Amino acid sequence: MTAATETATEAAEARPQTQKLTLAQAVNRALFEEMGRDETILVMGEDVGIDGGVFRVTEGLLDAYGPERVIDTPLAESGIVGTAIGLALAGFRPVAELQFMGFLYPAMNQLCAHAARYRNRSRGRYHLPMVVRMPYCGGIRPPEHHSESYEALLVNTPGLKVVIPSTPYDAKGLLVSAIRDEDPVVFLEPKKIYRAFREDVPTGPYEVPIGKARVVVEGRDLTLIAYGAMVRVAMEAEQALARDGVSVEVLDLRTVSPVDVEAIVLSVEKTGRAVVVHEAPRNAGFGAEIVALINERALLSLLAPVQRVTGFDAVFPYPMLEHHYLPTKERVVKAARRALDF
Amino acid sequence: MPRTVIQESRTERLEILDMEGRLDEALAPALSDDQLVTLYRLMVRMRKFDEKALNLQRQGRIGTYGSIKGQEACQAGLVPALTRHDWLVPSFREHGVLISSGIPMHLVYALWKGDERSNLFPEGIRCLPPSIPVGSQLLHAAGLGMGLAKKGDPGVAVGFGGDGATSEGDFHEALNFAGVFSARTLFFIQNNQWAISVPLKRQTASETIAQKAHAYGFPGIQVDGNDVLAVTSASQEALAHVRAGRGPYLIECLTYRMENHTTADDQSRYRTPEEVAYWASRDPIDRMRKFLSGRGLWGEELEKSWALEVSTEVDREVELLETMPAAPATDILDYMYGERPWFLEEQRRLLQEEAES
Ligand SMILES: Cc1ncc(C[n+]2csc(CCOP(=O)(O)OP(=O)(O)O)c2C)c(N)n1
Ligand SMILES: [Mg+2]
Repeated sequence: MTAATETATEAAEARPQTQKLTLAQAVNRALFEEMGRDETILVMGEDVGIDGGVFRVTEGLLDAYGPERVIDTPLAESGIVGTAIGLALAGFRPVAELQFMGFLYPAMNQLCAHAARYRNRSRGRYHLPMVVRMPYCGGIRPPEHHSESYEALLVNTPGLKVVIPSTPYDAKGLLVSAIRDEDPVVFLEPKKIYRAFREDVPTGPYEVPIGKARVVVEGRDLTLIAYGAMVRVAMEAEQALARDGVSVEVLDLRTVSPVDVEAIVLSVEKTGRAVVVHEAPRNAGFGAEIVALINERALLSLLAPVQRVTGFDAVFPYPMLEHHYLPTKERVVKAARRALDF
Repeated sequence: MPRTVIQESRTERLEILDMEGRLDEALAPALSDDQLVTLYRLMVRMRKFDEKALNLQRQGRIGTYGSIKGQEACQAGLVPALTRHDWLVPSFREHGVLISSGIPMHLVYALWKGDERSNLFPEGIRCLPPSIPVGSQLLHAAGLGMGLAKKGDPGVAVGFGGDGATSEGDFHEALNFAGVFSARTLFFIQNNQWAISVPLKRQTASETIAQKAHAYGFPGIQVDGNDVLAVTSASQEALAHVRAGRGPYLIECLTYRMENHTTADDQSRYRTPEEVAYWASRDPIDRMRKFLSGRGLWGEELEKSWALEVSTEVDREVELLETMPAAPATDILDYMYGERPWFLEEQRRLLQEEAES
């Protein structure tokens, strides 16, 4: 090796190469690279093989790794998650896909009554290194049952970790962490922003730790707490408020279970005001948990009650009325104003 | 002690019209000339409805749409055998059944446009809103059938599903309950051989779907789903069985999905044009037209005038679709409960304020 190529290699190692990827592509890269690293990883679900997934997230995996590892299953969510449990017990690391979060319910028994409990029920003898991925959230005007956000059901299930990325970079790093985790991780992909934007994503594996929030922008007057597709709505509101001279901190939780309580408390202690944004229904939604955590740990820092901007306590509507359901920048700004003017 | 055979089951397949439109007289259902022509008319009407929907989708006038092309014989063969007492428990690919049962086309278009009012069918039609979670509605058909039996109601509950639906646990539970409780239920399975990209052989290791009924203790038959007379005959027989209180029945219509799964799908990723062409040559409408023409019951003039009549209807229905007044925003929460709880009252005010600002 000449001195020149040696330095070139060193430089490449020091500064990992990046590619501009969408969130969907970043998930694909995580699967592709991790499957190359560890042959016990299996991808399974409806249409994940030859079709490459209905959102093309598993595209190319079948060609690269073959049908023994990339498995088009029969149409049965309980079957997918239940057999993923069995495969994990047999020594594999299954990454199961549910086609939409709206079709999670048939799998709830396997996910909540079993996947979440094996470690505990076997007093630590068995654990399940498995991931259950699924697109969630609204905003793409699909038929009924294709827009749901059921994260609160999963956060309320002890034994599951629940991860929700909002950027391509985080999506890849968090999925790598999820695949390497020794416990079941539910990985929710905000389908509205699957292809909304691209960003630099390093080639090669890297981990973004589960359970750590990210400060998207720093601010002094108010904290906007969001995750998944709502981070962009929070950012729009931040910019609108900034134009009026309000300094807003935006916190992207990235993991909703276990949530990064430290990051929340740190931010609220600084700003004294908080608004939580999620598109899932309001009653017993994840926002309520955040309000409770803040009350328990930072009550005396609060200058105003914590506000919630959420979906309605109603079934996610059909496409023609969908825009009324989803939280908007305007609703977030209004809630922020309530906190600021309290 | 010898091993003995304690159970055996046999699965039949019914075909009546061959590809050239030739009839097996011995198996033909007893239908008048008018009834034969009606079956054909229903199928053509479905095809035109479907072509228009695909067009509207391409123009962005409705949203994602799932075509019924190729499955017209299944749907036209069943409907005339039903009565107004019977319940329809549809999945999402039964538009042909719906528009042949008195539901106006514009409501079915409105479903795919994303208007929830599309599910409010005309009074007197026992049809539930099409169900999207695959297979789940079959349990309702089983339960309805149990209820109809308890009440001595003359109706039958018809539960619809695809080949993919037969993999869901709910399908098996539905068949089991229906069998155990001798429900007045007909399971009507359109096996179009694909569930998005997954072919039938990856869905089940059984040779047929019909035979699954046998495991649950009641009859199941496979019919050529591109032969409207075979579907009619099987439907009549199955419904007579259920109406007589002899328990549930399953019909598997072996057919083919001629289009993409929905307009959001790309079938070129997973199946060949040759396969699609093969099934195009087995078109259910062509076959019936050949038969009727051979009998002197149909010809070019009738074809033209029916086509005109149907396209006039389709155009009128599209007009109705596109002149439906917009639904108010508050519609998203006004149907959640019989009585509105306080939190929805509050949330409703928020929507109203936004509408006014
Ligand atoms: C419980 C559930 N899982 C997944 C889906 C997504 N999905 C919609 S249709 C479909 C395939 C259905 O196949 P089949 O039952 O054969 O009916 P077909 O579409 O062929 O009429 C799938 C996987 C769904 N709607 N419901
Ligand atoms: Mg099918």
